[in-house]
Amino acid sequence: MARYDRAITVFSPDGHLFQVEYALEAVRKGNAAVGVRGTDVVVLGVEKKSTAKLQDSRSLRKIVSLDDHIALACAGLKADARVLINRARIECQSHRLTVEDPVTVEYITRYIAGLQQKYTQSGGVRPFGLSTLIVGFDPYTSVPSLYQTDPSGTFSAWKANATGRNSNSMREFLEKNYKETSGQETVKLAIRALLEVVESGGKNIEIATMTKEHGLHQLEEAEIDAIVAEIEAEKAAAEAAKKGPPKET
Amino acid sequence: MECVFGLVGNGFTIVVADTSAVHSILVHKSNEDKIMKLDSHKFIAASGEPGDRVQFTEYIQKNVALYQFRNGIPLTTAAAANFMRGELATALRKNPYSVNVLLAGYDKETGPSLYYIDYIATLHKVDKGAFGYGAYFSLSMMDRHYHSGMSVDEAIDLVDKCIVEIKSRLVVAPPNFVIKIVDKDGAREYAWRESVKDAHAPPS
Repeated sequence: MARYDRAITVFSPDGHLFQVEYALEAVRKGNAAVGVRGTDVVVLGVEKKSTAKLQDSRSLRKIVSLDDHIALACAGLKADARVLINRARIECQSHRLTVEDPVTVEYITRYIAGLQQKYTQSGGVRPFGLSTLIVGFDPYTSVPSLYQTDPSGTFSAWKANATGRNSNSMREFLEKNYKETSGQETVKLAIRALLEVVESGGKNIEIATMTKEHGLHQLEEAEIDAIVAEIEAEKAAAEAAKKGPPKET
Repeated sequence: MECVFGLVGNGFTIVVADTSAVHSILVHKSNEDKIMKLDSHKFIAASGEPGDRVQFTEYIQKNVALYQFRNGIPLTTAAAANFMRGELATALRKNPYSVNVLLAGYDKETGPSLYYIDYIATLHKVDKGAFGYGAYFSLSMMDRHYHSGMSVDEAIDLVDKCIVEIKSRLVVAPPNFVIKIVDKDGAREYAWRESVKDAHAPPS
């Protein structure tokens, strides 16, 4: 296979684009990220790998806003992310300038995915090593959206999804436990999914909510800790209920 | 016959612009807002070629927004003024924008400010400024009555004096004006001064 993974413009005999697949590997090594769509809110959560003692953790924001009504979280090569995010931000403003309307979530997702695809079909470049979770509300409607893109340039809409490390476990959890939620319940669901694969505690996860009225709100560590405590309490109560009361029969 | 003027008061900046959109002898509309919000604490009051005015100010507005998303903090008024001047200067010797701009802003650290930027990329930080034929009258009025640290009421009083001068002494004076104010609470519309309302379609 060594001959077919050098230049990405080359297909392998069995139809693979190895560079794209290797990019997906890079994503699998990146930090865990989860997105959950509620009826009135979309929540993004990202694992924060332990920050060095001397590092200013505030400079490492992993959930970024692309426009007033669109936010993005990603897993994979963070340097590649900077490039994509910058291009997306410019496109958001450019769209506003030319058509006097903010972008829809689908439009900007299509744009980012298009960029990622371009780099799988050019000579001398490598694909972007990241998958993105894009959330937002379309202008003029109150419909929340969650989209995912990957290094191959494919994108689709999701009710809830995860990417990065242990994304399979998180997705399994979401598939088992997803139901239409709103407000705080959606946040809890996202945190519960993340806690499946991340050490618990506000220090290790970053959560942000996107609502129609207030835009993007990054939760403080204290807020996250409070919700995590609620979740632990609920879990403990559920465990106790299972073991506790005497068997009926 | 466009009139744009502004002044800096105690913790605020006021800009005033006429609201007529004119083409040769025809008035297209008399409620055209020529003062664009650049961000939460900045206004551009622009006068000049209508196409250039909208094109240039919208372009600046979107670039200022982009800066804020990229850097997490808004541009200072001085930075925005210099950016605008730079864009005008770059275009000047190729295909110039025929737009004169008064940039009014409020920064937490430095307070209110007003910048005079004309179509050939002159940039001045001023306490009071004006563009157009109306400038002959409003500038003279402000020279006489302006003092630093005016209150909002005093400033509005001066603005009204200027508007009266323009309306009575300029041969094709615009009938309507809009007044906007920027202070620590943000950029917002203050009032309109209207002599002529657009005629509504007659009931059928």
